Amino acid sequence: MTELQAREPLIFELSKPGRQAGTQFPPPVDGSAQIPAHLRRATPPALPEVSELQTVRHFTRLSQMNFSIDTHFYPLGSCTMKYNPKACNSFAMLPEFLGRHPLGPEPQGFLACMYELQEMLQEITGMQSVSLTPMAGAQGEFAGVAMIRAYHRARNDLGRTEIIVPQAAHGTNPATAAMCGCTVKEIPCDVDGNVDIDALKAAVSPATAAIMLTNPSTLGVFERKITEVARIVHEAGGLLYYDGANLNAILGKVRPGDMGFDVIHMNLHKTFSTPHGGGGPGSGAVGVGARLRPFLPIPIVGKDGARYRWLTERDLPQTIGRLSGFMGNAGVNLRAYVYMRLLGRDGMVRVAEFAALNANYLMKRLQAAGFEAAYPSRRASHEFIITLKRENRMYQVTAMDVAKRLLDYGFHAPTTYFPLLVPECLLIEPTETEAKEDLDRFCDAMIAIRREMEQDPEKLSSAPHTMPVRRLDDVRAAKQLDLAWKPAA
Amino acid sequence: MAFIPHTPDDVAGMLAVIGVQSIEDLFDEIPRELRTGKLAVPPAMAEMDVGRLLTERAALDGRPMNFIGAGAYEHHIPAPVWAITTRGEFYSAYTPYQAEASQGTLQLIYEYQSMICALTGMEVSNASLYDGASALAEACLMAVRANRASNSRRILLPRAANPIYAQVAQSITGNQGIVFESVDFDPVSGLTLLEYLQPYSGQDIAALVVQQPNFFGNLEEVDQIADWAHQNKILLIAVVNPTSLAVLKPPGQWGASTDAVRGADIVCGEGQPLGVPLAAGGPYFGFMATRMQYVRQMPGRIVGRTMDVEGRPGFSLTLQAREQHIRRSKATSNICTNQGLMVTAATIYMSLMGPTGLARVAAASMQRTADLVTRLTRVAGVKQAFTAARFHEAVLILDRPVAPILAALARRGIVGGLDLAERYPELGHALLVCATETKLAADIDAYAGALADIMNSSRAAA
Repeated sequence: MTELQAREPLIFELSKPGRQAGTQFPPPVDGSAQIPAHLRRATPPALPEVSELQTVRHFTRLSQMNFSIDTHFYPLGSCTMKYNPKACNSFAMLPEFLGRHPLGPEPQGFLACMYELQEMLQEITGMQSVSLTPMAGAQGEFAGVAMIRAYHRARNDLGRTEIIVPQAAHGTNPATAAMCGCTVKEIPCDVDGNVDIDALKAAVSPATAAIMLTNPSTLGVFERKITEVARIVHEAGGLLYYDGANLNAILGKVRPGDMGFDVIHMNLHKTFSTPHGGGGPGSGAVGVGARLRPFLPIPIVGKDGARYRWLTERDLPQTIGRLSGFMGNAGVNLRAYVYMRLLGRDGMVRVAEFAALNANYLMKRLQAAGFEAAYPSRRASHEFIITLKRENRMYQVTAMDVAKRLLDYGFHAPTTYFPLLVPECLLIEPTETEAKEDLDRFCDAMIAIRREMEQDPEKLSSAPHTMPVRRLDDVRAAKQLDLAWKPAA
Repeated sequence: MAFIPHTPDDVAGMLAVIGVQSIEDLFDEIPRELRTGKLAVPPAMAEMDVGRLLTERAALDGRPMNFIGAGAYEHHIPAPVWAITTRGEFYSAYTPYQAEASQGTLQLIYEYQSMICALTGMEVSNASLYDGASALAEACLMAVRANRASNSRRILLPRAANPIYAQVAQSITGNQGIVFESVDFDPVSGLTLLEYLQPYSGQDIAALVVQQPNFFGNLEEVDQIADWAHQNKILLIAVVNPTSLAVLKPPGQWGASTDAVRGADIVCGEGQPLGVPLAAGGPYFGFMATRMQYVRQMPGRIVGRTMDVEGRPGFSLTLQAREQHIRRSKATSNICTNQGLMVTAATIYMSLMGPTGLARVAAASMQRTADLVTRLTRVAGVKQAFTAARFHEAVLILDRPVAPILAALARRGIVGGLDLAERYPELGHALLVCATETKLAADIDAYAGALADIMNSSRAAA
């Protein structure tokens, strides 16, 4: 069982007027006297007034109320929660890197790292060019679809505003299409989890801008007919967009460029192990084939002789433009660079190999324990789906109940209820950095939970029992909105 | 093997359970002809060797003395900020989907939202967006959704607002038909005067953006601007510097108190000054706050305080019906993360500084910039561009092109400011400078001395 910090007051409840972490303050000066009276603040903002130790203790205790990769097995499907090597953070936080202003003279050491990162990502994905600018997977998607639109527009092919996505697609795919002013056409998958080829043939038209695909798909299986999908879409005049959410599964084994994709985004925070940070910052680098290169988001890093420099709209006049104030999440990209140098050529191939080994092993063990795999005839990629529809019928337990009960056993829950088309599903991604013993412990917990289902299902429906809080009232949260602490009047 | 824990025995045992001969068999569903050969990527390096490589690269970049602001500001970062932020429990956790096992991150975001509301004077804040520039883009899309009095997709964007933000807003919103109309600034004061807005009175416009302090560091007459916007049923988007809000009137209070509608409607900005290092441009975070009546139009994650089944207080993600994983193509944005780790740093920073410390940082930065302007304008051929009161940045006009001067300063280890020639050619040889509390009198002396030296010698050469 886990031991998390039980409860911690709000930092505002620790506050007392006049208390200070004074060693952090600059000396008092009268600088703000230059502000005209009508533009000045009348009363100070209600920020907490606490000591340095109170602050350190408060946030340390909050950290102890979290599950994390450093403390717990975290098999959250589709999120690739692998070990984040400490070296990546240490080297990215060298003071010279941290101190550089983005608009200052072009820093040759940093840019050398970014140039090499672009080259490595090109090679791994089989693409012609890479831009590191997008700040998250969703922004990478945005950049990809915006480039596709710009490409069709540049060819004066103005009617192409439809994006095809499989039913199982991640929610960001349709949301991105909408942000780019496109409409979405969903197509079904067949019983084995492949794109339904007949439905695809019926869906393509002169309005097709592109298809957005994840491969291996969100169903945890490799899209075997990918070459045929590519041919159908290309013949219809559309392009292929690769959602890199599952790149971890195929690193060094097969490249999106070789599968026929025209543009891809990578989640550097998944495949290249930069931290998830409680929900960001990520980094969503995009790679493109020759057709889309002129439209890449700026800036990207170029090289004139021995000198590295930013390429801007002057070098890429057809660019879709800037997506961030400077050059995206530079420090995240630097962490990915360190990770790739630590892994090297062979290490990258091993990522896919051992991610697949762990996923297939765990799937087989859970099947042997009586759990039902959603696609039993297929190999797992780096992740797989267990469906609890039978357990739901027999014991009235839900995927959410099992997820919450796993927390009590000291495991972060797998992804639940995604993809939407598999009922009562758990999407499980162990990643390559977990040892066999940890996978076995997870199986033991699942077996124990299975026994509880039969003997004491109430134990599941009321879980978790050992966390800082029990199940939360989400309806109350949305109805009686309490989104900020307010000082007593 | 890097980060792979498996022994040969483990592998053999696991393959036996799966029922295959080799790991290679696990990839038998990938068509043969698509399989990759050997990657042209460098071989692995030990941590020690990567450390040496990165240290050498960092040394190439050195540690010059920086006088650029322009949207990213160098402030003292207290030691506890990153010592705690990089704890594995924050660093290596993900989005708090399982609320019961993520109360630390969730409570921290709730505290962050509370602090952003306190600084901006607004009712609700989200859990952050990617950065200041993209936050403005999202604010523009939100304003078009929220302004029920307008059918327009036109947004007024002053030229005195950050021109990089304007570019980003254009790239992100362009495909949705948002049209930006640029509003000029007064060449004497450096302000977006009311007379430049008045031609738009009575027109159907969705929103007006105003930046305080503006890109030149000048303090806009925000009360007049807010009142004009509300009179014309235009939503007001305020772009603000969070440090400045310790001493400047918060956007929630802009405008005449007698009017029914007071204050900005959407507030956004770059959160980097709150404990996040410059780091060549990121990661930073964008903040966004609004009125309660617009909360359902706001993009991004939001954390709420609620109760568990036993009546204990707890925190969870809320109002998720706005987001992509529920609403798909009808979502408020495709965004599905915040900048969690940066928000962690900022929340610790704001706690340590409190109202007094943050006000001192603001006042000291204003004082240093005032000192810098005084010293630099004593150099022959340097004068101030504008007359308006300012915060901690200023535009200087040189009597010759700025770029060669900046290059000469850089050779002396000084990053002397941002050359505005390309973005504002009408200003002449304009240089945007900034000094924060991190610049001591000796640093300012060093800059002024070097500038005098370079200007004199280049005049002598000419």
